[in-house]
Amino acid sequence: MAPLYYRTISELHEGLKKKEFTSVELTQAVIKRIGEIEGKIHSFITVTPDMALEQAGDADRRISSGDHFPSLCGIPMAIKDIFCTKGVRTTCASRILSNFVPPYDSTITRRLREAGAVFVGKTNMDEFAMGSSTETSFYGTTFNPWDTSRVPGGSSGGSAAAVASGECIASVGTDTGGSIRQPASLCGIVGLKPTYGRVSRYGMIAFASSLDQGGPMTKDVKDCAIVLQAIAGHDPADSTSVNRPVPDYLKALEKGIGRMKFGIPKEYFMPGMDPEVEGAVRKAIGTLKAMGAELVEISLPHTEFAISTYYIIAPSEASSNLARYDGVKFGYRTPKYQDLMDMYLKTRSEGFGNEVKRRIMLGTYALSSGYYEAYYRKAQQVRTLLRLDFIKAFDKCDIIVTPTTPTPAFKIGEKTSDPLQMYLSDIFTISCNLAGLPGVSLPCGLTKEGLPIGLQILGRPFDEETVLSSAYSYEQSAQLIKRQPSI
Amino acid sequence: MREKKITEEEVKHVALLARLHLSGEELKAFTEQLNNILIYMDMLKKLDTTGVEPTSHPVLVPTPFREDNVTPSLSQDLTLSNAPQKEKKFFKVPRIIE
Repeated sequence: MAPLYYRTISELHEGLKKKEFTSVELTQAVIKRIGEIEGKIHSFITVTPDMALEQAGDADRRISSGDHFPSLCGIPMAIKDIFCTKGVRTTCASRILSNFVPPYDSTITRRLREAGAVFVGKTNMDEFAMGSSTETSFYGTTFNPWDTSRVPGGSSGGSAAAVASGECIASVGTDTGGSIRQPASLCGIVGLKPTYGRVSRYGMIAFASSLDQGGPMTKDVKDCAIVLQAIAGHDPADSTSVNRPVPDYLKALEKGIGRMKFGIPKEYFMPGMDPEVEGAVRKAIGTLKAMGAELVEISLPHTEFAISTYYIIAPSEASSNLARYDGVKFGYRTPKYQDLMDMYLKTRSEGFGNEVKRRIMLGTYALSSGYYEAYYRKAQQVRTLLRLDFIKAFDKCDIIVTPTTPTPAFKIGEKTSDPLQMYLSDIFTISCNLAGLPGVSLPCGLTKEGLPIGLQILGRPFDEETVLSSAYSYEQSAQLIKRQPSI
Repeated sequence: MREKKITEEEVKHVALLARLHLSGEELKAFTEQLNNILIYMDMLKKLDTTGVEPTSHPVLVPTPFREDNVTPSLSQDLTLSNAPQKEKKFFKVPRIIE
């Protein structure tokens, strides 16, 4: 049987139930694993072994006191460093928050704590979640466990690398334009972006408020359902979280795909796509067909406009959200300044990295008088057209299948000098955020070089059940053999 | 020469609006990069969006209301715990009125 750190939540839950090992033993195994490989992967900004062992002790007491305990009780998890964790430094991978210790928990981390999860550390990410490679972190880059000369994807690259390499059992990330699904795809794990409003954003450091959504990053689809179950639901502290019942996601897995209609958008199979990625995704679609799914060709005609739309809307919202980092109430303040304006200018220029500055300026420009109509308002109108594309598509199908990314993991440094090239790598994940849909990425094969390839499944708003059941059915039927990197 | 969507002067102005200071070298690099990005975004002009309602939010829900009840909030000490500079029970900032 696989070492403890490579097992899934559901396997470990059984083991804890049968008293094969304790949560403290499991947590020690994960901490040891971190000690062994963290130097090669650098998934974490902060590792919290003491807190983890204390939580594990609490979990063991809870486990021994009764038969029923939540699936996440005693399970070591890694938390993206964008979620406020009470008493644990939360940096958002930025220098400007290098000394920030939140006095409260995000709703997601509070719910995970209540379920008995153990927190082994805070994972690396692109600074303020702005990036697709985890290279914009102030704390250094994360390396892909499948090939350490390559990026893990981003922005939740630390979480994806930690799950893939056994530095945690599961993680939570955030997804504004693909930041859960793209690194999940590049690291060969499962990552789900829930419908906008399904999970509370309270205490999740804001990047683009109309697009951000937190979600699970796990080893398999069942674990994904378990974590989603724990974090989903209405939260009075987030006025954009939607008040509707949370279904039983584990039960939904068994729904199967029956004679469901799978839409294949022709715009997502474009010239210039990596042939191995296209091959693996087409093979996965073949598997779905063999399982009884009906395939329908659909069109999402405005796909080519998604990147332009996103890179106007997200930076505009970011420029407004990041105005709060002014060196007054929390975060970094420059040591030497002459007056208030000088303090602002130096604090922000020293505190933010280049990608964050670039997006703040892009957003400030798009919102400034004289350009607002041409850029921001225009982008919001195109966002409507993108949303309508999906509404029309879902008249013809129940679920949409695409590749998650046009290529497997790229080399470290390959796209850092050309921001536009980096932005273009988000082409398949961005529309889902603009339309607010749920989407999952799950492994569907490896390239000849041994790099993971991801399959993306998109559903109707608030239909995580169909997204997860389709993913689960595929996962069960495909039975991919090699699921772990040889690190 | 490539089309100029944004000049160094404009980038300097935008940076000031965003309270960012750029060195000469940074100004040059950012101007070129922003220029390339804005040229790419010109594709949106191809689309006729006359009469299309803008989307500002992906889920259409009415503004939620709640009762105006007093609930516990963070203590003053905790609120000040991350302040770069504080004095007694206050955030300390540079003088703003001469």
